[in-house]
Amino acid sequence: MQFPNAKATAYNDTVVRQFAIMTVVWGVVGMLVGVIIAAQLTWPELNFGIPWLSYGRLRPLHTNAVIFAFGGCGLFATAYYVAQRTCHVRLFGDKLAAFTFWGWQLVIVAAAISLPLGYTQGKEYAELEWPIDILITLVWVAFAVVFFGTIGTRKVRHIYVANWFFGAFILAVALLHIVNSAAIPADWMKSYSAYAGVQDAMVQWWYGHNAVGFFLTAGFLGMMYYFIPKQAERPVYSYRLSIVHFWALIFTYMWAGPHHLHYTALPDWTQSVGMVFSLILLAPSWGGMINGIMTLSGAWHKLRDDPILRFLIVSLSFYGMSTFEGPMMSIKTVNALSHYTDWTVGHVHSGALGWVGLVTMGSMYYLIPRLFGRKQMYSVKAIEIHFWTATIGIVIYIAAMWIAGVMQGLMWRAVNPDGTLTYTFVESVKATFPFYFLRLMGGLLYFGGMLVMLWNVWKTATGGKAVIVNIPAAAAHA
Amino acid sequence: MDILYLLIPLSVVLVFFILAGLWWAIHRGQFDDIEREGERILEDP
Repeated sequence: MQFPNAKATAYNDTVVRQFAIMTVVWGVVGMLVGVIIAAQLTWPELNFGIPWLSYGRLRPLHTNAVIFAFGGCGLFATAYYVAQRTCHVRLFGDKLAAFTFWGWQLVIVAAAISLPLGYTQGKEYAELEWPIDILITLVWVAFAVVFFGTIGTRKVRHIYVANWFFGAFILAVALLHIVNSAAIPADWMKSYSAYAGVQDAMVQWWYGHNAVGFFLTAGFLGMMYYFIPKQAERPVYSYRLSIVHFWALIFTYMWAGPHHLHYTALPDWTQSVGMVFSLILLAPSWGGMINGIMTLSGAWHKLRDDPILRFLIVSLSFYGMSTFEGPMMSIKTVNALSHYTDWTVGHVHSGALGWVGLVTMGSMYYLIPRLFGRKQMYSVKAIEIHFWTATIGIVIYIAAMWIAGVMQGLMWRAVNPDGTLTYTFVESVKATFPFYFLRLMGGLLYFGGMLVMLWNVWKTATGGKAVIVNIPAAAAHA
Repeated sequence: MDILYLLIPLSVVLVFFILAGLWWAIHRGQFDDIEREGERILEDP
């Protein structure tokens, strides 16, 4: 039996275009909310006493918007594009692919309404209430059918490594979402978790850390393994290493989660298991990072005048940095200092702004002109400006949070000779003020860069037109 | 910690699925002539 997509002569770029544009739009929205809550932490009066604008409601809005709206749309766009281009076949199921786009946008809008209204399951990165969780499940199953259907009907025998990463990301996120979101509904917008107490905490961080591993790492590594070689016009440094990277990463990722629960009611040995697995992860992470960066070996000069390549390579440097920092922070003695401080916030943002953000932006700068029949973005100079504002913004942000975090950790643990605490908690909050201000400045720079990108994308899209790209003839790939 | 009776078997089952995936890939010749595959994507527009 031959599926209709296998007979098609052109790629389905409509859905890729839609997701690519929304990546940039949701990026602006999510980062704006981030800037607002950074300002609220500096000056709490900015809550204005309005419940919908309170930090506790806007913070999950920010995380959901940047991870699932910005990051999610970026992953849909690139997974669909890469699968088609590397398999030489049209996307499986045009209608189903369209459903994933509109369904995902509906999830995002539902999140943007329900979170400020205060509807939440209270689980970090999984706050959305049960009806939205069910919609996510439906969209995700459709995503899996479209993606694996495309791989299954491929015209190229070999499955390119990026597709393995995208595939693992899709399957793992499905499993994580279903197990962690299990809940008993009490009302249309209220439910109770199926797990209680420390059991719930364990499931939550099994989910939470694997979401980092499979959503924010494996998916974006798929992007990295396609767009860096394409932009550099060189094959990945070692294709063999990329295969080892993939299998090593997915074999070892699942049990790092307990490091989020050091020194809690979780059994001690479970915490130690989490720490050991986190330390092991350094090896595949750095293998992949070195493999990506070394793709430029012998062609380093390309970094001098190609801002898109700079986005992609600097994103890998941040990936390397945060995958070193993460295992280090998972060591119990380091964690005793870092846990609950702003160091954690700095660590997350070096991964989120540095790795996930920059690799997505770089990939979009490669993708968007091609989707609109242009050779390059409307303004290359604007990409350059975006690169520098984003990079300087990240450095200010994470340096401020490092200093704030270590300072908080030291203040909280300081004791007087008579055994009493040297500082009250509020003294540490007061001491953090200048760093919160610096963080806001870093965030503003990063957000400003995103506005430049929005303008550039707008000019590129309106100045070009949607093109239909033909699939290369079968003879070209034996 | 009853939850570990769910999470640990789940991980073990998952490892078997990953092993099956690896076995499939090796025996279906996915990794023959491996460095060539890295260059193939550059030939497309």
